[in-house]
Amino acid sequence: MSRVTLLTLQVAVAVVFFAVWYVLTTYPIFGTVILPPFFFSNPVDVLKQIVAWFVSGVIWKHLWVTLLESMLAFVIGSIGGVLVGFWFARQPRTAAVFDPYVKMANALPRVVLAPIFTLWLGLGIWSKVALGVTLVFFIVFFNVYQGVKEVSPTVLANARMLGMNERQLMRHVYWPSALSWMFSSLHTSVGFAVVGAVVGEYLGAAAGLGYLIQQAEGVFDVAGVFAGMFVLAAFVIAIDIVVTLVEKRLLVWRPAVGEAKP
Amino acid sequence: MAAMAAVTAATSGAAVALNAVDVAFRLADGGTFRAVSNATLNVADGEFVSIVGPTGCGKSTLLNIAAGLLPPAAGTVDIFGQPLSDLNRQAGYLFQADALFPWKTALENVAIGLDIVGVPQGEARARAKDWLGKVGLGAFGDRYPHMLSGGQRKRVGLAQVLIRDPKILLMDEPFGPLDAQTRQIMGNLLLELWSADRKAVLFVTHDLEEAIALSDRVVIMSAGPASRIIGDWRVTLPRPRDISEVKLSPEFHDLHRDIWHMLKEEVVKGYAQAEGR
Repeated sequence: MSRVTLLTLQVAVAVVFFAVWYVLTTYPIFGTVILPPFFFSNPVDVLKQIVAWFVSGVIWKHLWVTLLESMLAFVIGSIGGVLVGFWFARQPRTAAVFDPYVKMANALPRVVLAPIFTLWLGLGIWSKVALGVTLVFFIVFFNVYQGVKEVSPTVLANARMLGMNERQLMRHVYWPSALSWMFSSLHTSVGFAVVGAVVGEYLGAAAGLGYLIQQAEGVFDVAGVFAGMFVLAAFVIAIDIVVTLVEKRLLVWRPAVGEAKP
Repeated sequence: MAAMAAVTAATSGAAVALNAVDVAFRLADGGTFRAVSNATLNVADGEFVSIVGPTGCGKSTLLNIAAGLLPPAAGTVDIFGQPLSDLNRQAGYLFQADALFPWKTALENVAIGLDIVGVPQGEARARAKDWLGKVGLGAFGDRYPHMLSGGQRKRVGLAQVLIRDPKILLMDEPFGPLDAQTRQIMGNLLLELWSADRKAVLFVTHDLEEAIALSDRVVIMSAGPASRIIGDWRVTLPRPRDISEVKLSPEFHDLHRDIWHMLKEEVVKGYAQAEGR
């Protein structure tokens, strides 16, 4: 399939989706409107709402807050995950002691922590950052742990035979291996950072995309809810594109799937 | 003290000396598995020795002993007359499996051995470039290992080991995964590089032809478990050799027939054991 055909088809899917949505919410079919506009709004109203947000500029503040929360959650969660992952992987005894608690903490649905964080940290950005951190931390932690544990024994033996001491092994072998595992989960961990931020905002905040959606829902403004969702989707895609670019730069040494030579 | 050391070195001038070495592994069920039993082997400085044996006879294990990666269960290992207690710092080890650092380019992989001993980066790079040229990969310095073919990766591995100028070269079926033509080319490359300064080489392979074509001595091991060294043949084919030519000479054929006669029995035993397992 050529690029142009692909793009045309992808756009066609969106056009059909919006057309069906518009028709079903606007024109009566056999005397009834199948999707009542009160519950389903319609594409035109949603678009108007989005345009209004951007024209008035109110949306920028909310986007910025969500972006800031996501980035902080990602950075703090990643640093924590890398440090603890390294520590546990190099200290099997510590890892064994903490193992059940790590599993327990990871199994806990993180949403239930949101009220605690709100109580502790207030309605500002930090309660959302904390929620995101609890999500990002475990993904990065497990990947770094795995990365350090699963260094190829041959590569390790080779490094030792080449004369590396413990510090050099850390720098030239364990660290790159752990990083590669961490970067391979970059999409997931960035995604979870955004989830943490938005869910946190939804549950109680003064700004952010989650807050925007929650406000619209509170006054039965369905167009506003949908508009918030579309802005959020575009926001996530934009972040994903950036992550892909970063990934390509950082993991040049890795074979693409199916490309590895025997 | 110095005099004594000199005497020891003089009496056992071997680069690698394995004295009555046993290798044993602890099994999951609490028992022990004896892989190698009472192996005594000397590799003189500048000598190219191959170890040949059936699959699973513990020849790679013996190499790990010489490298200091694995302590022997009994017996001693002397390197240039000095007992080996830790990693063998005099040895370079070319592994059977891929051992390059996948996150480093070919050039960085070769230079790393110099980097870690504190050679300035510019000099390390220049010498690494030199070595890549010697193994015929001068134009591939910025490739990552996954972008190279199996044979090219082995060349990088060879340069990575040799750039440190080890006194002893340990090789564990280094050309095992390669196709027949590439093996021959790699064998010739190895001989060419080796003839420049004649390091002591301990070369493990399951390919008898390769062993004879490359070595000064071929050592045969019996089928495991508790495999022993059962044969030690001197190869007097003239050097410099070309592997494909040397294989055509009558001496090669005589030697091959003699050794194979002994090896065949062990290979059959090895298979029987593997099936019985």
